[in-house]
Formats: sequence, C-alpha cells, structure tokens
Amino acid sequence: MGAWIMAGVTFREAGRKKMIWMALLAGLAFLALFGASLHFQVKDWGGGKLTLMQRAQLNAMLLAGLYVLNLMTMAMTILASVDTLSGEIASGTIHVVATKPLPRWQVLIGKWCGFAGMLVLYIAIMVAGLSFLTWLLSGYQAPHLLRGCALIGLESLLLLTMTFLVGTTFSTLTNGVVVLGLYGLAFLGGWIEQFGALANSPRALNLGIAASVVMPSEALWRRAAFEMQSPLVGAMGFTPFSNASVPSAAMVVYAGLYLALALLLAIRRFAQRDL
Amino acid sequence: MAVRSLTLEVPRGEVFGFLGPNGAGKTTFMKMLLGLVAATDGHALVLGQPAGYVETRRKIGFLPEHFRFYDWLTATEFLRVHGRLYGMSSARLDERIPVLLDLVGLTPHANKRLREFSKGMLQRIGLAQALLNDPQLILLDEPTSGLDPVGRRLVRDIIKAQRERGATVFLNSHLLSEVEITCDRVAFLKHGEVLATRQLQTLLVGEIRVAVRAGNLSAEVVAGLARWTSSARPDGERLTFTVASTDVLPEVMRYLVARGVDVYEFAPQRLSLEELFLQIVGEDGGL
Repeated sequence: MGAWIMAGVTFREAGRKKMIWMALLAGLAFLALFGASLHFQVKDWGGGKLTLMQRAQLNAMLLAGLYVLNLMTMAMTILASVDTLSGEIASGTIHVVATKPLPRWQVLIGKWCGFAGMLVLYIAIMVAGLSFLTWLLSGYQAPHLLRGCALIGLESLLLLTMTFLVGTTFSTLTNGVVVLGLYGLAFLGGWIEQFGALANSPRALNLGIAASVVMPSEALWRRAAFEMQSPLVGAMGFTPFSNASVPSAAMVVYAGLYLALALLLAIRRFAQRDL
Repeated sequence: MAVRSLTLEVPRGEVFGFLGPNGAGKTTFMKMLLGLVAATDGHALVLGQPAGYVETRRKIGFLPEHFRFYDWLTATEFLRVHGRLYGMSSARLDERIPVLLDLVGLTPHANKRLREFSKGMLQRIGLAQALLNDPQLILLDEPTSGLDPVGRRLVRDIIKAQRERGATVFLNSHLLSEVEITCDRVAFLKHGEVLATRQLQTLLVGEIRVAVRAGNLSAEVVAGLARWTSSARPDGERLTFTVASTDVLPEVMRYLVARGVDVYEFAPQRLSLEELFLQIVGEDGGL
C-alpha cells in the first residue's frame, strides 16, 4: 500500500514538473522527423510493391530510428531518476516520508515502480509509434517488435536500478557520473566486441564481452537490434549493431539477474543507512 | 559522534524540552527515536516499542528541523499524501484536513503549491502534517525557528492543546524563552551528553538569586551565610548568592542586620532559564 502511494507520488511529480509532457513533446518531434524523412524516401521510390532491397533499407532505417530512440530513453532514464533518492536524502524531504508507518523498502520500491511504469510506457509508445509510422507510410513491418521493445525496456530498467543503487550511497552528481560512466563503458564494450569479431580478434571480442559482464546495458540493445533486423540486413551488414557478434540469450538472463541483485542491494543499503 | 551518553525517561502526557547549543546532538537524538539514524550502542523504547519500530510510527507525529517537503504539491494534497502514508482513509482525511488547515491558519492557502509558501507557512503546514494522525507522541525539531511572534504563539497554543489531549510532546529548541513557557521538564545537552534535567515548575519557583549591596560586610559574615547558601560571592560592596526558596529570605535579612551590616539593596531575582543554561552548558556554548 505504501509503495503504491509512493509510485503515485512519483508519477504526479513527473507530471507536475512537466517532465512527462516535455518527454512526450520530444518524442512527438522525433516521430515527426522520422515520419517526414520516411515519407519523402518512399515517395522518391515511386510506389509499387516493395523490392527486397527496399524492404532491407526500410528495416535499416527503422533500426537507426530505434537506435537513436534507445540512446534518448537511456539518457532520460538516468537524468529523470538520478536525483530521486540522493536529492531527497540531501535536502531532507525524505525525513517526513521515512518517518511514516511504512518500511523503507516500500519507499524505494514505490519510487522505482513509478519511474519504471513511466519509462516502460514511454518506450512502448515510442517503439509502437516508429513501427506504426513505418508500416503506415511504406507497408513494411519489422520482425519481433515486441521482443525488441521488451529488451529496450529491460535496458532502461537496468539503468534505472543502477541510479537507485548508486543514489542510496552517493550524491546526485556522483550518481550521474558513475551510472553514465558504466553506460559508456558498456557502450564502448559493445563496439569492441563488434570490431573484435569483424577483425577476427578473439581477445578483443572477449574484452568487449567482459565489459558487458560489468554492465550489460548495451548488450540488451544489441540483442534487441538483432531480434528486429531482417535476415537480409544482417547478412549484408546494413546494420552496425549486431551482425558480427550477437549477445546470447544467456546475456539477457544475466542482465535480468544483475538488475534483481542491484535492486536488492539498493533496498538493503537504503534500509540500513542513516537519513 | 553526535550522541554519546544519553539516558532519560519521558512519561506520557509531558511536554519535554531538549536544550543544548548547536551541534549538541539534539536532532540526532530525535532521529534515533524515529529510526532515521541507527544508534551504534544502547537501546531506547518509544511508546513501549524499540525506537524506529514501523508500527509505532502510526502514533507519532514529526516536524523535522529543515521542513523541506514536496513543494510541487498544494497544501491540501501534501496533507492528503502524508495522511495516506499514515494509512488514513479518504473519508477521514476529507474531515481532518480542513480542521488542520484552519488550526495552523492556512485555510486561505489550501490550494496553493508549497513552492509559493514562505518559511513560516512551510513550518505551519509541517506542523499540521505532524498532527494528522492525532499522535500520542509528537516530536518537534525547532518548531518555531521560522515563525514570527504570532506563529510562535500559535505553536505554543497547539502544544498546550496537545498536552491537554494527553499527547506527549518532545521539543528540540535553542529558543529558551519558548521552552520556558511551554515545557514541563527540560534536559540540557552538550557534546551528546545529558548534563542535567530540571522540572521547570520547581525551577521557576525554586532557585532564587539575591543581589545585595551593603556596607560593612566582613568575610566572617559572608562565611556565616553558608547556612542558607553555598554560592555566596562578595565583590566589594556587592554580594550575590542563590537560595532554594524565598522562605529563607527574611531570616537571611535578619542575620545580616543583626551582624551590623548596612543593607542598601536586597533584590531577589528568579533565575532565568537562560542563566541556568549558561551555568550548566557553559559560556562557550559547547563549541
């Protein structure tokens, strides 16, 4: 019950501070730009049934759109939640909340659920918007959209949980630096893994995978991109995301466990620390 | 270490004041009672349960020192959120919130966001928040620091009404005049240790300081005052001492006159809490 109230408060805060509306506005602008460019491209093709090549091109475009969307939502995830625990601890707003008859874990889980709900909803709306626009303007539909969307959602929740975990101990600024740093590390690791595979360098490839073990966020995106790409795109190397080395299903499971453990640690740390 | 050695007992229905200089450990101690801060050693019972016990908090109201709240909520919404965190029903809150807003004088601002509130208004809404659940124990950390004289009067009246209702009030303050008026008992704290506790009623009725200006005051006569006081301090024509009660004053007067002392002034003064504070805590304020 207490967690439910805190989730509602988190939602209301995002609404009151205009965060939700600004994110939706940015998303709308993003969709408009994507739709316009797609519209012109399809127009220039002159109509008729889509060729195999055109379908591959549409898939690559959609993936490029999803890639930027992924980057944008991960940045939003970190920026939106980075201050929620550390900020309230530093300012003291947490005092009147943490002295109410609800265990501390409910405060944390409530806030987490509030953010998780918003982020997953946002990602779902945006992925649906991008793929719907593509279908509407060209008739093309990419494979495994739901699976891809779920993986992007999981990546966002993973970063959200990391900002919660780090925020239970460090200040807002340090929290941002640490989680963005981890995200950057995973990002670089993903590319190292790709180039390692392309250059036939198993040591580079393993180094990239090791980075994903430290922080599996980017691996989730690359798995999502792999799921949603057409086989032709993968075969032709149209996409830079996942054609060379694909994160395994085990890596996805690992990311899920990583998230669960981070959330448990965050709860433990928050329950024990002085406020 | 903010709190070092602290032993005290506060009976139900008492207004208890915690006095001490800045950094004495008053806030930390209050946070320990609420479970915000864990003590490394020792134990405390609050309303019969270990400090920090979640269910006990249902019966506690707390106004923190810095009164920082979710300022994007309106006054009514703020009270509603906190009431729901107390587990209060919607119907009960519909009834309770207007009463509390009226009590703290914020009815005209019920639908204004806290962001637009002044410091004093925030303290008032914080106080209303601390009273939402008709608490048995109310912890107020510097409740009048942001208030003007009218607001202070309001807080005093509220504390009085709460005591009459049977609630225990625990007050942290360094505003001695406030404590003097509102508290039944005070504890003096310095460097995380309780130096003394005093019943305020007996304090005010009790210890009395007498300032005397007299001629012909010999050391022998001063030594003879030991029957009534242990603090006689002569300084030329001036002599000060404290006695336990006004009852002994005529005797002291007769004694002085009988010894041939020329008494020009004989002025008994009540020892103020401020003087007692300085006497107990020290002039350095514990820094």
